Amino acid sequence: MSALSQKHLIGLKYLEKSDIDLIFQTADNFKEVLQRPIKKVPSLRDITIANLFFEDSTRTRISFELAEKRLSADTINFSASGSSVKKGETLLDTVRNILAMKVDMIVMRHSSSGAANFIAQHINANIINAGDGTHEHPTQGLLDGYSVREKYGELKGLNYLIIGDIKHSRVAGSDIPLMLKMGAKVKVCGPPTLIPKYIEELGVSYEPNLKKALEWCDVANVLRIQLERMDIKFIPSLREYSLFYGVNRQLLDSVKKDITIMHPGPINRGVELNSDVADSKQSIILQQVENGVAIRMAALYLLAGRN
Amino acid sequence: MQPRVILDSKKLNLTLTRLCHQLIEQHKDFSKSVIIGVQPRGVMLATRIHQKLEAILGKTGIQFGKLDITFYRDDFRRKGKPMLADETDINFSVEGMNVILVDDVLYTGRTIRSALDAILDFGRPDDVELLVLIDRRLQRHLPIQAKYVGKVVDSIAEEKVKVEWKETDGEDKVWIVSDND
Repeated sequence: MSALSQKHLIGLKYLEKSDIDLIFQTADNFKEVLQRPIKKVPSLRDITIANLFFEDSTRTRISFELAEKRLSADTINFSASGSSVKKGETLLDTVRNILAMKVDMIVMRHSSSGAANFIAQHINANIINAGDGTHEHPTQGLLDGYSVREKYGELKGLNYLIIGDIKHSRVAGSDIPLMLKMGAKVKVCGPPTLIPKYIEELGVSYEPNLKKALEWCDVANVLRIQLERMDIKFIPSLREYSLFYGVNRQLLDSVKKDITIMHPGPINRGVELNSDVADSKQSIILQQVENGVAIRMAALYLLAGRN
Repeated sequence: MQPRVILDSKKLNLTLTRLCHQLIEQHKDFSKSVIIGVQPRGVMLATRIHQKLEAILGKTGIQFGKLDITFYRDDFRRKGKPMLADETDINFSVEGMNVILVDDVLYTGRTIRSALDAILDFGRPDDVELLVLIDRRLQRHLPIQAKYVGKVVDSIAEEKVKVEWKETDGEDKVWIVSDND
């Protein structure tokens, strides 16, 4: 028997290494469940989960919903568009009203950093952060780590590179603490305007030259250029970004190393990643999506069982 | 009270041999039968039974699987901490098969109830039988009975029946310990 040290899953920086190991180990079991003729277990059958998506999502939302259903939980879905949020209801009121209907767990995505943490301090249900602003996206970090572990056996000693908009990326916000806790080395690469000023304080190194960075790494996670988070111009143009920081076949072949390519999706094909890389054998992008369901099942199971 | 050995290695071996012959009587050449051990301790017994059956019948290829029932338990969220699962390894369909479910000790029957639920997720078997080494028949919470029983033990709830194996514990034996010891 073992339990997570946390009641909520707000960010990976709050987890211990043993928590991450526990989630990976439990995800192994759920991955096996997902191969069965009947891909469903009754563990969470007396639990109701609300998926509150105040911001758009395809992958994460479907993945969470599938994970909940595979665990036999009851689910309700909420999206900000077409709800009372438009009438001016506050976040806390919305959540409290949903909890009044006897909901046990909340999965929440919000465009404001810290939203999940704020809710966790005011209510009693277990909260899973499904992405909050530019802060963290813990289940994405976990599934990234899990997918790399699946390929390499362990994360310890690996060189992990994150390319692109680190400043606005909650994926980087979760990947960095996860990889460091598990003993990997982390480097970031991208235009200086998209790199947080004090990134090195985290124990992460910075390399502005993409080719040099690729030569260093075993695994490269290519981030999406998030046009919706750029109120001001951080880069002159997409074309220029693609020229300097786009990962393509020619560049990868010039690096004498078999690098694994990841992407959290959705891909801007031809901008940060070319199709001849995204759809190649080096890419584990679809394995990431597949593993997402098992990882989310593990997180839900372990949090729900902590009562 | 001193721990009491109820089956030593010699007697245990005799019991296993008897159980195997009972299985052969019922399942003939095992072409439509599968052996499934319940994790964690039932798998040790199932492995022994499987090896012995293949030795007696002089054939290999009797289908064998391991089943973990953690996600099917009825006490989730009632224990404070979630249980951790062991590996499930069933790489065949149980559709239309005769399943021999194997566990070391039959006590409350709750594990077997969960196992029955779990088995059905791998197909619809023709029938499911239960084989246990030890049947603590006085402690049942559910109406579940084993078809093949190594030994019946009438123990009280404060006592524990321990089944130990050479591979994991150094010696084959079954003994009773009391909580008060």
